[in-house]
Amino acid sequence: MTSHADQSPQAKYEADVAQSRQRAGAFTTLSGQPVEPLYTPADLGEFDYGEKLGYPGQFPFTRGIHSTMYRGRLWTMRQFAGFGTAEDTNERFKFLVAKGQTGLSVAFDLPTLMGVDSDHPTALGEVGRCGVAIDSLADMERLFDGIDLAAASVSMTINLPANILFAFYLAVARRQGVPWDKLRGTLQNDILKEYHAQNEYVYPPEPSVKLIVDSMAFCARHVPQFNPISISGYHIREAGSSAGQELAFTLADGFHYVEQGIKAGLDVDDFAPRLSYFFNAHSDFFEEIAKFRAARRIWARELRDRYGARQDRSLLMRCHAQTAGCSLTEQQPMVNVVRTAFEALSAVLGGTQSLHTNSMDETISLPTEDAVTLALRTQQVIACETGVANTIDPLGGSYFVESLTDRIEAEAYDIFRRIDEAGGMIAAIEQGFFRRSIAETAYRLARQIDAGERQVIGVNAFVEDAPPIPVHRIDPTTEERQVARLAELKRTRDGAAVGASLAKLKSVAAADGNTIEPMIEAAEAYATVGEMVDALKQVYGEYRGARDW
Amino acid sequence: MTQSSQPSKHSKPGRIRVVLAKVGLDGHDRGIKVVARSLRDAGMEVIYTGLWQSPEAVVRSAVQEDAGFLGLSFLSGSHTALMPKVFDALRAAGAAGDIDVIVGGIVPQDDYTMLEKLGVARVFGPGSGLADIVSFIQQRWARRTGESTVAR
Repeated sequence: MTSHADQSPQAKYEADVAQSRQRAGAFTTLSGQPVEPLYTPADLGEFDYGEKLGYPGQFPFTRGIHSTMYRGRLWTMRQFAGFGTAEDTNERFKFLVAKGQTGLSVAFDLPTLMGVDSDHPTALGEVGRCGVAIDSLADMERLFDGIDLAAASVSMTINLPANILFAFYLAVARRQGVPWDKLRGTLQNDILKEYHAQNEYVYPPEPSVKLIVDSMAFCARHVPQFNPISISGYHIREAGSSAGQELAFTLADGFHYVEQGIKAGLDVDDFAPRLSYFFNAHSDFFEEIAKFRAARRIWARELRDRYGARQDRSLLMRCHAQTAGCSLTEQQPMVNVVRTAFEALSAVLGGTQSLHTNSMDETISLPTEDAVTLALRTQQVIACETGVANTIDPLGGSYFVESLTDRIEAEAYDIFRRIDEAGGMIAAIEQGFFRRSIAETAYRLARQIDAGERQVIGVNAFVEDAPPIPVHRIDPTTEERQVARLAELKRTRDGAAVGASLAKLKSVAAADGNTIEPMIEAAEAYATVGEMVDALKQVYGEYRGARDW
Repeated sequence: MTQSSQPSKHSKPGRIRVVLAKVGLDGHDRGIKVVARSLRDAGMEVIYTGLWQSPEAVVRSAVQEDAGFLGLSFLSGSHTALMPKVFDALRAAGAAGDIDVIVGGIVPQDDYTMLEKLGVARVFGPGSGLADIVSFIQQRWARRTGESTVAR
């Protein structure tokens, strides 16, 4: 043996590594970013703690938006639910409320999400299937029957007709005698990601965004505790984007809403505190944690420096997270519990405010009750048994995690620049920039899995037959019952009042006025979701989307 | 979208033509676009109809495009209601025997039999390999075009 006395520890380490065996294959994150075997202070360069991290609850909020984070209060465990008719879901809500849950999260069926009524020919086979069917205020009243809207916080996953469903909600509150300033909850109401990824849109992008500005303005004035938008990366990721694309596209969407709000004459500090975010928690553990941390830092910096927000409340990014549905496999479905647990842990270590954990059977159907319970228990184990909630941002200062955070932040700025070069958000949508980028990444990943370059347990590694698991079935009579109920409503309501309210909605929309008030009037006349969407289509036109393959 | 004036009934072997479609309201299109690209990279001619099509419209496209295969993707569970309509439209167009129908997406195992009874050639569920889809279509095409030559 020669003497190592002159050799630095780093040189010795590098020599050792050069002589050692390495596993075959590329070492990259799920998003394709190269990963080094070891990170050291050299990877961080001149790391300014105050500038990069700061204290929790302080600019730039990298370590979390509250000074106490999960030591003050755990994240909200908010499981998304909805199926069948309004009564079916109301029964489930009451069961959840009786168990002490105060946060309700409504899943609507596809016809409602697409703004068509249950009796429309295209709704065939979809009514009440993936969520609850809501056609009119009458359904919304049944949905919240016996639930005190002053006490509950209600999240509604709805985009294209979000204002209409919000108008139903406000009308229900009025009937319950609950003042609007007492209402708490969140509308998803993020149309931009529909053009990028989820495909639930009907009007062209610009009037769609204008409708969102209507709800931002209306909430700022009349429903101040309600979050009018949850700016969502979740669906962008599910459609196949990388972590960096998810981060960048979602933040770019957020910036666009801020710009449009300011352009409409709102004060950024009046609406920015009510903008919330929704991210995916995917399977590459550290990359995901870095994404959440970078998101808060970018948002705080841009709101302060680019948009002139002055209040801390405008700078802090509150977010919800959901584990990655697209990471689950039909093969050996029990393994999905394990995947979901790691993904949920990354969202918690990333500092999320609320979390939905997917159920193991969701590649087959809507989840069974047992599967949903197990998914919720997964969060409870993280919260109560692992100890990870005792320390704020426990990975802060990790050479690796800080490097990843810096890198994904730089990637996001690079993508922002490309959106600007395309001519901004709307032009980039119309050119198909987002859709093409996402489809490229999805295809690359699918090819890697197909070639065995990336292993997925049960699919291309450790493959074996597993026993089938129970499947949740939807009552096949739901559609028939809902269609009959809608026919009855149309027969018994005051048709002249409906017609007048729809005419008024159209004229307000055509004059660029705020659409929420006329939507509430139309709701109270029992105009349906489909009728209001059709009325607005006559004003705004329809959009078929950019070519993307 | 291009139209071919003379449906060939696939009498001559050539490039395999596949129409891929989404029917109904379901907007999940990640899978179908990945499959579209992968079939195209395997040398097939692929026509993707885009979202929100009616059963009649996709059958019309398949007939007009002289497609040997029609692939439909469902992720919201509406295959049970919509696939019978696709086959009705195929029969109405007199194309039921000429076009092989393939289904992909989220389909519970219990529904496979129902789809096969309708006439679906194959269901590719979550996690299906791209290479498997390509080779299924190629083999099926080889058998069909081979048979039609023999029959003459």
